[in-house]
Amino acid sequence: MKVENVIEVIELTKTFGDFTAVNAISFEVKKGEIFGFLGANGAGKTTAMKMLIGISKPSSGTAKVAGFDVFSQTESIKKNIGYMSQKFALYDDLTVKENITFFGGIYGLTRKKIKEKREQLVSELGLENISNKLVGSLPLGWKQKLSFSVSLLHEPKIVFLDEPTGGVDPITRRQFWEMIYKAADQGTTIFVTTHYMDEAEYCDRVSIMVEGKIEALDTPKKLKEQFKVDSMNQVFLKLARNIE
Amino acid sequence: MKTIGYIIQKEFKQIFRNKGMLPIIFILPILQLVILANAATYEVKNIKFAYIDYDHTSSSRALIEKFNASTYFNVLTDFPSPEKASSAMLAGEVDVVLEIPNHFERNLLKEKTADLSITINAIDGAAAGVESGYVNQIVQSFNQDVKMTIMDTSKKAVQPVTIEGIPSFWYNITLNYKTFMVPGILVLLVTMITLFLSGMNIVREKEIGTLEQINVTPIRKSQFIIGKLFPFWIIGMGLLTIGLILAKVIFNVPMVGSLLLLYAYTSIYILVILGMGLLISNFTDTQQQAMFIAWFFVVIFILMSGLFTPIESMPRWAQIVTEFNPIKYFVEIVRMVLLKGSGLMDILPQLWKTLLYAIIMNGLAVWSYKKVN
Repeated sequence: MKVENVIEVIELTKTFGDFTAVNAISFEVKKGEIFGFLGANGAGKTTAMKMLIGISKPSSGTAKVAGFDVFSQTESIKKNIGYMSQKFALYDDLTVKENITFFGGIYGLTRKKIKEKREQLVSELGLENISNKLVGSLPLGWKQKLSFSVSLLHEPKIVFLDEPTGGVDPITRRQFWEMIYKAADQGTTIFVTTHYMDEAEYCDRVSIMVEGKIEALDTPKKLKEQFKVDSMNQVFLKLARNIE
Repeated sequence: MKTIGYIIQKEFKQIFRNKGMLPIIFILPILQLVILANAATYEVKNIKFAYIDYDHTSSSRALIEKFNASTYFNVLTDFPSPEKASSAMLAGEVDVVLEIPNHFERNLLKEKTADLSITINAIDGAAAGVESGYVNQIVQSFNQDVKMTIMDTSKKAVQPVTIEGIPSFWYNITLNYKTFMVPGILVLLVTMITLFLSGMNIVREKEIGTLEQINVTPIRKSQFIIGKLFPFWIIGMGLLTIGLILAKVIFNVPMVGSLLLLYAYTSIYILVILGMGLLISNFTDTQQQAMFIAWFFVVIFILMSGLFTPIESMPRWAQIVTEFNPIKYFVEIVRMVLLKGSGLMDILPQLWKTLLYAIIMNGLAVWSYKKVN
């Protein structure tokens, strides 16, 4: 049985003046897959992701996300994806519940559905006691988990996570990945960028971007075999060094 | 529609939760109105007056007594020499110095004429003009007195015919400056608060990163913008209401015209300002930048609005520039409606221009707001 592709990218490029941030990248992501999008700082991960979520216009190439074109159908894409940016982007001056209500509201969920989701989410995250507290007063780890849950509110087909675990302690990172697995089990495709190579091992497939190009793309196991090393960390270092 | 509701709800929560901003929105404008209305006046009072009397006669003393009796002049001192007077003026201790020469009385009586020397600090030209006018009035009235006494002692001359105009002041009979200024200052605070708030609001979301989060949702540009600006429209109308109540209660400003008409006009006017604020926040990346640009426009708009200086006395090119100044129209309207009782037909030209302005501004703002870069 052939699994459908939810993301198809062909020769996607983004230039800023003379600088090519993303240089003709091509890849597919399958439905329900956890796809790791790796690369050093400034390799072009975030720029590539922004093109896929429809907030940055590609310079050339083609890409389809959830079956919609990134040039002409960005608003349809947005209905079908969730996004969690590397910068915490919920409202610090609203409470946990108010944030959930607001984002549910602008995704067009019904009042009933919002209420349902709100209760479900608060109990799943164990936030019952602080659901009426301002989000700004929560520890970072909790904020990130809340942020991820909010990006799943409207039950998107694909969720894009841009360095979701930056600055978070190992225990919370573990819990975070458990949440990611749960979402993937329910059929949500996960597109995640990260710096942590141990997290790369959790992904079904990873791509490694170096200076705007995808230099490697496969399952973590095959990549390690290909580069004859025994951790993703070494794969990454080998790739990055070769280029330099 | 429902989406807009969620945004409005969120905005109001954020506004009323921001303990730093609330006083700025509601208390500062009130202070501004009360303080500015009392301070921003063209009336020149308490002029610091000094004199040098070389004559020391009853005539010279009578003249000085006239100044003393005037409510506009504070007669401070007499100086023994012009040098002393000049250094006092340098130090800012006196504004006007009257020098009465030797033989002042003798010349008056014998030659029927005498010279006086008046020195006025004219750094503030407008004030100096007014001061000179007051001095002349007093000297004129002294002249009349002298004529009477001279005529009594000399032959009965034919009294010259004098023509006198009796002005009748309309709309502001008592020439009360507060009546003139308070409506204008009301315009100022409605404008400033709504412009700053709307200008900084969206930029703030850019800064904290939530705008990006909004941009990846399927929300429509128009929904987002309406939801964003509506709360500030309400605040603007609320400020107008507070201002009008204060104007009535504290300053007893006459409200001759239709308040409904004033509200109708203001509701369109605020759209212009909100559109402008949004436009500013679309082209800036930080609240600081937005604030500076907003200030730049506000200062020009205020100085060229006819609020403090009449537009009629500006050079021709400046008058043309004021055609693009929304504050000018609002200042005109608020004075026309409140003080003159102008009706819809009277304010129609300004109303059309403001409406056109609102459409253009908001059109530009929506067009330049980009969900995709």
